[in-house]
Amino acid sequence: MTEPPVFRHAEPVMGTVFSFAIRRPGDTPGLGDVLRAVLARLHRIDEVFSTYRPDSQISRLERAELTLAQCDPEVAEVLARCREVAAETDGWFTDRPAGRLDPSGWVKGWAVEEASRALAAAGWTDHSVTGGGDVQTSGGPWRIGIAHPLRPGTLLTVLTGHDFAVATSGTAERGPHILDPHTGRPATGLASLTLTGRRLSRTDAWATAAFAMGPSRALAWAATRPGTEALAVLPDGTTRHTPGLSAYLAPGQH
Amino acid sequence: MRRAVVTGTATVAGIVLLLSLKPHDGPGNSTVAKVISSGTSPSAAASAPSSPSTATGSGSSPAAAPSPSASAASRVVTGNAIDTRYGPVQVRVTLDSGKITKVDVLQYPAESHRDREINTYALPELNQEALAAQNARIDAVSGATYTSDGYTRSLQSALDQAGLT
Repeated sequence: MTEPPVFRHAEPVMGTVFSFAIRRPGDTPGLGDVLRAVLARLHRIDEVFSTYRPDSQISRLERAELTLAQCDPEVAEVLARCREVAAETDGWFTDRPAGRLDPSGWVKGWAVEEASRALAAAGWTDHSVTGGGDVQTSGGPWRIGIAHPLRPGTLLTVLTGHDFAVATSGTAERGPHILDPHTGRPATGLASLTLTGRRLSRTDAWATAAFAMGPSRALAWAATRPGTEALAVLPDGTTRHTPGLSAYLAPGQH
Repeated sequence: MRRAVVTGTATVAGIVLLLSLKPHDGPGNSTVAKVISSGTSPSAAASAPSSPSTATGSGSSPAAAPSPSASAASRVVTGNAIDTRYGPVQVRVTLDSGKITKVDVLQYPAESHRDREINTYALPELNQEALAAQNARIDAVSGATYTSDGYTRSLQSALDQAGLT
């Protein structure tokens, strides 16, 4: 059986690059128009939510130049989702990580998920969308390499599945940059933490929170969340994962 | 509640090749540096780095990308220069009948000591991994950021242009 060809596109946006891999059955027309609309939406999300743009609604909201009611309705929705994640993770997630309003921990994964959702709604149901190292797949199977946190440029393993999301938080290349919301100090108990789930917005935000928890708490917490699996790499290179992660590991890898 | 299970390092895939090349033997004093090659086709791309190609850079529409052509014989495709925290990263791939036979690093950051440490370690392994990944058929990578991610992204952009499946 011949696999359908894959269309690929890489788009610099939101301070990183979003990559698309879309399997197209036959010569279905119209992908260009669909993708253009998806990309426009991503750039719009960046305009509204970027903390690096002084004129973004998030920046203006923080400076009290706008009220929440004056912002795009998606701002209130995103902030509500951030509060949910904070509650779900016992406060290990915050939309004010350094004391300033910064919902990026939710926004990037959500933007990837939105792009995936829009592609699927337009009929392009077999695809993978990646934003800065966090992945949402639809259809499949898709093979997602997990970067090795201690050996830059090499893969730790490969996860294979359908309709799944993969998010990784780590210190290897950016140094300790995820703060423990309870102490305000950088979390250092893990080299990287990968979570899998169905939808990237939550999976990504949860990965940030679980990284801050440290290995034991993160694995125990992930094991209690249905549909979520975790793969942790400790600073000494030891790996630990929840039992259900095995479903994503190709035969012969473990 | 602790049903988390420890299964040790045996889950590590055996797909990673570790061939140690040293890209920083010379004094790399600028970000547009030498060509580092690996692969099975030494004849192609032995020339000096071409000026950065941004043919399908951020300004272009996705529809402008070349359509896939699986039958092309030998092609050299230059990826976009990707800005990372440490500087631009850019690669060029050589394809033979649709398979990657060679990956050249056209640009990588080489300005600070820290950059050096990262890149002497990262890029050669990535170079090998790019070749291995072709066989492993990786669709995307989770967890890479900044420098090595820039490399991956530049590679991916070259693959985008080549219309590889």
